[in-house]
Amino acid sequence: MKLAVNYREIEGKSAGFWVLLGGLGLMAGLAFGAFLYMEHSGHYVTGMNNQIVWGMPHVFAIFLIVAASGALNVASIGTVFGKALYKPLGRLSGLLAIALLLGGLMVLVLDLGRPDRLIVAMTYYNFKSIFAWNIILYNGFLAVTIVYLWMMMERRMNAYYRPAGIVAFVWRLILTTGTGAIFGWLVARSGYDMAMLAPMFIIMSFAYGLAIFILVLMAAYNWTGRPLGDAILFRLKNLLGVFIAAVLYFVAVYHLSNLYATEHHGIERFILMDGGIFTGLFWIVQILLGSLVPLAMVYHPTLGKSRPAIATAAALVIIGGFALLYVLLIGGQAYPLDIFPGYEVVSSSFADGAFNSYSPSIWEITLGVGGVAVALLVVTVAVRVLQFLPETLADSAIDPHAAKAD
Amino acid sequence: MSENGKSMDSSRRDFLTRAGASAGAAAIAPGVFLSAPAAAKSPDQPVSGDKRWGILVDTNKCADNCDACVSACKEENGWGHSETHSRPDQQAQWIRTVEIRNKATGFAKTLPMMCQHCENPPCVDVCPTGASFRRTDGIVLVDKHICIGCRYCMMACPYKARSFIHEELHDQLPWAPRGKGTVESCTLCVQLVDNGDIPACVEACSADNHNALVFGDLYDENSEISRELKKAESVELRADLGLNTGVRYRGL
Amino acid sequence: MSHASVLRRLTGILLSVLLLLPLVATADTDDDEDGEIESLPFSDLSFTEPEKRFSATQGCVEPEDDMVRNHMEYILHQRDETVYEGIRTRQHSLEECVNCHATRDENSGEFIPVNAPDQFCASCHSYASVKLDCFECHATRPVRPSKLRHQPLAAAEEEAP
Repeated sequence: MKLAVNYREIEGKSAGFWVLLGGLGLMAGLAFGAFLYMEHSGHYVTGMNNQIVWGMPHVFAIFLIVAASGALNVASIGTVFGKALYKPLGRLSGLLAIALLLGGLMVLVLDLGRPDRLIVAMTYYNFKSIFAWNIILYNGFLAVTIVYLWMMMERRMNAYYRPAGIVAFVWRLILTTGTGAIFGWLVARSGYDMAMLAPMFIIMSFAYGLAIFILVLMAAYNWTGRPLGDAILFRLKNLLGVFIAAVLYFVAVYHLSNLYATEHHGIERFILMDGGIFTGLFWIVQILLGSLVPLAMVYHPTLGKSRPAIATAAALVIIGGFALLYVLLIGGQAYPLDIFPGYEVVSSSFADGAFNSYSPSIWEITLGVGGVAVALLVVTVAVRVLQFLPETLADSAIDPHAAKAD
Repeated sequence: MSENGKSMDSSRRDFLTRAGASAGAAAIAPGVFLSAPAAAKSPDQPVSGDKRWGILVDTNKCADNCDACVSACKEENGWGHSETHSRPDQQAQWIRTVEIRNKATGFAKTLPMMCQHCENPPCVDVCPTGASFRRTDGIVLVDKHICIGCRYCMMACPYKARSFIHEELHDQLPWAPRGKGTVESCTLCVQLVDNGDIPACVEACSADNHNALVFGDLYDENSEISRELKKAESVELRADLGLNTGVRYRGL
Repeated sequence: MSHASVLRRLTGILLSVLLLLPLVATADTDDDEDGEIESLPFSDLSFTEPEKRFSATQGCVEPEDDMVRNHMEYILHQRDETVYEGIRTRQHSLEECVNCHATRDENSGEFIPVNAPDQFCASCHSYASVKLDCFECHATRPVRPSKLRHQPLAAAEEEAP
């Protein structure tokens, strides 16, 4: 038996809807103001410097870009792997992917030293640069996902829906490989130089994208009063548990590899023991709050069935993801370059050999948060004007066969 | 202005002819340069891949507490005083002196650090727009006209040779353009080298009678730098990365 | 290598020049100030001799109306040749534009930046609403070359003793 899924725009007339829209708009507006200020003054008003060259905007941008490709995963499971349970979620999944990528790209672009030269970035390509490839992959991802969504939503095009989904799935795997390679291929820095970062970013994207998807789904159905059954939600939260564990596995292998090689003992000691804020973020936020606690929550016999607990677990995964990227990105730059192996630096006017410190300014934080706001704004407006959300995801509306089968 | 209407076409043609002539010069340049390695190139000749500029730093001659090379670079290229808003960790440094000590033996050295002008520069590999490039004569530069200020080259450089300009600059020097939102580094004083001169740091070092810096053409067997490199040991920093740097150090 | 950007800029400037035709006459009088050129303090140095590029018959380094329309093309061409190939001819160099077109403050005798609001470059560009990006990085006033440049050409080339 196959049940038809009815998608419908949300009503969007409640005070809450306008408050949400206004709040997100305000945050996006503030971010734009922060951008104008940073752009007008120059980056001296930020906490970034010639040692920590990528800061808070990049943590937000990379998080959003990684989560974007992960958010598409829900649609891929339905389309590529044919799990019927996930199919009604495909539209929201594609929309979230686009929205998160737009938010991330916005932050990335607005942090450039010369954002007015965006056209240069689009017209001059150095094909040996993984960063240039990422620009192509991001734009391509937007295009591919839009086509995918169109095939999904336009009845006449439904025949091409599966091939489009496969293309989008492969594209997103390549995209996140590229994002991980931005760091993994930087051979000079001991915190980055590891090809494993590419697959690790893919598994991170699974976790963060799904966590955001769960939160958005729960919020949307709760605030619009539409039914969201346990069958779907529990399936998603169990999947989240698998992804959290997988990220933990990759993090463990990453650090064990470094710990085995004597030349990397310095960076490991810095991150795991002596790094101050980075050590704290790693153990307390990334590992404990961002991985172990949500892992326990989603699989706990009673907590795992509580919606507030599931939402909290998803939120913790997101916070843990930010911590992971902060430790990796900023920590990797804070640890000094080893320019003179075997030597220690006694003095330098350019902070050679020194642990670099970074205190982000309100401007770059506002810009980063603005990226999140823009992503959520796009989702909020899109579900209001187009048919993204099924009217009901109640257990009775879900194909019971499919729900049981996989 | 209307009486000049006719001359526009002819001058355009002149312009194109000249452009063609310089392209031609590029083609015949190798032969020309081979026969006359020591002559300064004329201003209308393109640089040639028959040369590769480099610097040998003899750290044994590098005096403690001497920063003549740094001062000379600042003066020639106009950095070091122009950034008034930037914090110290945000200010540009094209060249710096570093004091290092061997962790096992305690042996200490002072040496200048700057762009190492790699043959295979990571900054060039990673630059998304191609703004970071290596001139055929081995000098690694930033084309600030197409630099978008992404700072990925700074992430990739193993030597921390590059700086980002964090604020608006004024009164730059005509021969060393630099400005807000772009990345810069040692240019090997390309404006002087193209004129047949030597980089300011090298000039200043020999003016102080330290002679710790030798500049020259690594491809020319008879140049002082080539003979020095052949005569005694020298290393490239982070040789493990296989970048084949144009700047080499002796006494490390 | 930058045809797209040349075309973009060209289109922009051509459009603005069309709008600007009535004003071009004013711009012409500006760069005909002969006294300005003679008063340059460093015309004895081989490095900066703008009057050698300048031709009274054509009014600038190329015929004036050509320069009004195509100056950016000359500058762009020179820019890529200089940056990538180290070609440092002076005829179309931006530095020489500044050397010739910068004016002095009547009271202080100091050069005024060419991108100051009422000066040669900025007056026209702001009228045409075309962004003047050169001077984010490039010098806006004539500058005497540093002491290093006094060395005779090629003297510093490493020679075999």
